[in-house]
Amino acid sequence: MIEIKNLHKKFGKLTVLDGLDLTINPEGSEGGIFAILGPNGSGKTTLIKCLLGMVIPNKGTISIAKKSVLKKWDYRNNLNYLPQIANFPANLSVIELINMVKNLRPKEAHEQNLIDLFGLQEFLNKKLGNLSGGTKQKVNLVLTFMFDSDLIILDEPTTGLDPIALIHLKELIVKEKEKGKTILITTHIMSFVDEMADEIVFLLDGKIYFKGSVAKLKQQTNQPNLEHAIANLISK
Amino acid sequence: MLKILKYSFYDLLRSRWSYVYFIFYLFLGFVLLFLNNDMNKAVITLMNIIIVLTPLIGTIFGVMYYYNSKEFTELLLAQPIKRSKIFIGQYLGISLSLTLSLVLGLGIPFMIYGLSKSTAIFDFSLLILVGSFLNFIFVALAYNIALSTENKIKGFGYAILLWLFLAVIYDGLFMISLITFNEYPLDKFSLFATMFNPIDLSRILILLKLDISVLLGYTGAVFKDFFGTKTGSFLSFLVLCLWVILPLARMKMKLRKKDF
Amino acid sequence: MTSEVTKQKTEYLDSTKQGWRILYGFLLLFLFSTNFHAQTKTINVCASCKTKTIKDAVSFAKDGDTILVKKGLYKETQIFVKKSIHLIGEDYPVIDAENKTDSVFAISANNFSISGFKFINIGMSYTKEIAAIFVSHSKNFTLKNNLLNNVFYGFIIQSSKYGLIQNNKVTGNAIDETSSGNGVHVWKCKNLRIEQNTITGMRDGIYLEFVNKSFISNNTSKNNIRYGLHFMFSHYNEYHHNEFKTNGAGVAVMFSKFIKMHHNTFHYNWGTAAYGLLLKEINDAEIYENIFEQNTTGINIDGCNRINYKNNHFIRNGWALKFTGGCYTNVFEFNNFMHNAFDLSYNSRLNDNKFEANYWSEYTGYDLDKNGIGDVPFRPVKLFSYVVNKTPETLVLLRSLFVDIINFSEKVSPVFTPDNLMDNKPLMKPINPLE
Repeated sequence: MIEIKNLHKKFGKLTVLDGLDLTINPEGSEGGIFAILGPNGSGKTTLIKCLLGMVIPNKGTISIAKKSVLKKWDYRNNLNYLPQIANFPANLSVIELINMVKNLRPKEAHEQNLIDLFGLQEFLNKKLGNLSGGTKQKVNLVLTFMFDSDLIILDEPTTGLDPIALIHLKELIVKEKEKGKTILITTHIMSFVDEMADEIVFLLDGKIYFKGSVAKLKQQTNQPNLEHAIANLISK
Repeated sequence: MLKILKYSFYDLLRSRWSYVYFIFYLFLGFVLLFLNNDMNKAVITLMNIIIVLTPLIGTIFGVMYYYNSKEFTELLLAQPIKRSKIFIGQYLGISLSLTLSLVLGLGIPFMIYGLSKSTAIFDFSLLILVGSFLNFIFVALAYNIALSTENKIKGFGYAILLWLFLAVIYDGLFMISLITFNEYPLDKFSLFATMFNPIDLSRILILLKLDISVLLGYTGAVFKDFFGTKTGSFLSFLVLCLWVILPLARMKMKLRKKDF
Repeated sequence: MTSEVTKQKTEYLDSTKQGWRILYGFLLLFLFSTNFHAQTKTINVCASCKTKTIKDAVSFAKDGDTILVKKGLYKETQIFVKKSIHLIGEDYPVIDAENKTDSVFAISANNFSISGFKFINIGMSYTKEIAAIFVSHSKNFTLKNNLLNNVFYGFIIQSSKYGLIQNNKVTGNAIDETSSGNGVHVWKCKNLRIEQNTITGMRDGIYLEFVNKSFISNNTSKNNIRYGLHFMFSHYNEYHHNEFKTNGAGVAVMFSKFIKMHHNTFHYNWGTAAYGLLLKEINDAEIYENIFEQNTTGINIDGCNRINYKNNHFIRNGWALKFTGGCYTNVFEFNNFMHNAFDLSYNSRLNDNKFEANYWSEYTGYDLDKNGIGDVPFRPVKLFSYVVNKTPETLVLLRSLFVDIINFSEKVSPVFTPDNLMDNKPLMKPINPLE
C-alpha cells in the first residue's frame, strides 16, 4: 500500500531522513496496525509529514496504492490524519468545526456515532477555545475517524485521554483494522504499542533500523518487555 | 479556497481582535468628528492615521493569525485541499475582515454625521479604498514574513521592522538622498522611489485628491504630467495592485517548497 | 470770549449762505438741463427703420440724443463717437465684428453711455489693441449690461475718468498669452467704478495700469489664462467682493500703494506660478475679510511693507503665505489658517513681521486659563517647508510620518527656522468661521 524509496530530508544542516526505504502492506496483504517508533528526533514526525505532503523531501519517492503522491493533494481524500496537538480555531464551536471539515472533504462522514461514543453531545455548541485538552483530543478523534479511508495516521493519539476514552479509542482502532485498513501510529506509550501493534517500524538516524512484529523484536533483543527491548535497540 | 476564506473570515469575525479593531475605528471616527465637527479636517487627520495605522495593524494581524492558527493550518494541510488554496483563503479571510472593520468602523460615524450630504464623500471613499488596499498589501507581506520565519518572536520582530521601515525609515532615506543629490534632476527618481513603498504610494494617491493645489506648485514637467492628469491616479492604482499581486505570487512560490 | 462766539456765529451764517448758493446753482442746472432735454431726440435703428446702421445713427445724432438699436444683426466696426450720446440696445442686438481687426466703438467723448448690446467676434491682432468698446480721453461715461463673446479685448479704457463699467459679461477663447487680450483693460485713468462684471477666458480678467482712486467690486473673474485681476502702478484703489477662480496665475497686485482689498474670494488657482494673490512691491495696503481657498499659494508676498492682514481665511491652500524678498513691518492678526499644507514659507531667518492672535488649525497647545488664547506660542514655519524650499522634489513626502517627526523635532528646538517667528497669542477658536 505504501512504498517509500530512498527518502532524504534535510532541515538546514540537520539530516533527518537519510535514504529511508519502507514498504508497508504490499499489494494483496491485509490491513494492520503499524507503530512507528524511535527516539526523539529520529524522523518519525518528518516521515509522517512526508506522507501527508506537509514536508517536501529532498530526494526519493513515496507512493500510496502505486501512485506517486509527491506534490499531489487529492490522494489525501483517502487518508485520515490525527495531528499531535489539537489546537483548533478558538472561536469556532465543536459542531461548526466538524461541519467545516465535512464540508472540506467530498466524502460521506459518520460523525454521530463517534460523538455519542466520546460523549461530546453536550459540548457541540461550545467554543473550541473553552474546551479542556482531553475534550479537544476527543474532537480531534471524531474528525479523524468520521471518514472512511484506507489509510489512517495517528500522531500520539492517546494524549490527554481518560481511561474510558482510551478504551473506546482502542476499540475504534481494532474495528478499523478489521475492516482491512492500514493504520500508522506514533506514540511513546509502550503498553499501547504492545497491546495494539501488529508491526513495529523503528527509526534511528533517519533510517529504518528495525521492522517486524513485537514478538520478533523481543526475540531479537532478548528482552521480555517491550520497553526494554526498545531501550536495547537504541543503546546499540 | 472559498470555504477556507469563509471559515477564516467567520473565525476572525468572532475574534476579540476584530472587535477591538472595529471599536477603535468607530471610536476614532466619532472622536474626530466630535472634536472638529469639520468633515474636511477629520478626513485629513484620518488620512494620517490610515496610512500609518492600517499597515501596522495589517502586518501584526497577519503575522499573529498565521502563528496562532498554525496547528489548525496543519489540520487543513492533511485534508485533500491544495496548499496554496488554504493560504490564499486564509489571507483573503483576514484581509476582508480587517477591511470590514475599517469600512464599518469609520463609515458608521461619518454616515451619522451626514457624510452622504457632504462634499467630503469622495475624499472619504478614496481614503477607505486606500485603507483597504493597505490592508490587503500588508497582510500579504505579513504572510510572506511568517511563512519564511519559523520563530514566532522573530516573525513579529520582522513584521514590526518592515512596518517601521516602510512607514518612517524609507522616507527618511528618501529625503536624505533627495537633499544630497540636490543638483541633479530628481523628479523621476522621486516618483520612482514613491512607487516602491506602498505607504508612500497610498499617501500620494490621497494627496492627489486632497492637496492637489500644493502638488501642482512644483515646477518639474514630469511631476506636472503625473499629478496634473489622470495618469497619476491610474498609475498609482496599478502599482498598488502590483503590491498585492507580487507578495501573493511570492507566497505561492514559497509554499511549493515549504515544510510544515 | 464773546468776540470769539460772534466770530463763530458769522462763520456759521457764512457757511449756510454758501449752502443756499450751491442749492440755487443746482436748481438752475436742473432747469437748464430739462430745458436741454426737451430738444433731444431718440433715433431708432433696425433693419426696417429709416436708419439701418448704427454708424449712420451716430452721424445723425447730436449731443444728448439717444440711439435705440432694435434686435437684429449689425455687421459694423469702426463706429467713431465724439458726441455725448446714449446708445441703447433693445433685446440685445448683435454687433458682429466678423473678426476684422478694428474696434466696434471707438469713443472719445464726455457724458455718454452704451448698454444692452451683444458684441461678437472681435478680431485678434498682434500689433493693434482691438476691443468691443475702446474709450479714450473721456469722462462721465457708463458702459453697462453688455454681452461680449469671443472678443480679443473686451473694453479698453485709457486716459479717462469718472466711468462706470457695470454688469457686463465678457468671454473669450484665450489659448496663450501672446494671442489674447484682457477683459477690461484700463490704462492711465482715475475715478472709475468697475462692478458686477463677469469675465472668463481672457488673458487678464481686469487689467489696470496707472489707474488711481478706482473701485473694483462684485466682479467674477475666472478661467482667465493669466491673472483674474492685474494691477500695475495703480494707487489708492479699492477692490472688494470680487471672486477670482481658477485663473492661470490668480490675482497680481504690483508696484502699487495704498490699496484696499477686502471681502474677495480667491480660489482654485493651481500651478507652479499660480497664486491666490501675488503682491509685489506693495506698500501700505489693507487686506481684510478675504477668503483664500485651495490655491497653490494663498498669498505670495514679495517685497511688501506695512500691510495689515486681518480677518482673512486661508483654507486648504498649498502654502497659505509665501514670503519671497524682504518684507518688513507687516501685521497679521485675527486671520484663520485652516488645513493648509504649509501655513507659512519664509525665505530668511530674520523676521520683522508680526503674527499675533491668529487661529491656526495646526495648533495643538492648550488654554488652561480659558481666555481663548493658547498658553504656548505657535510656530507657523515648519522645517519641512524649509526643506521643500531647498529641494522641491521632497514635496512628494508631504504628510508622511517622517515629515511629521522632523517637524516636531524642529518645533521643540528651532534650528533652521526663524526662532522669533511665532504667534504668541494663538487663538483657540477660528474667527467668524465660514459656513
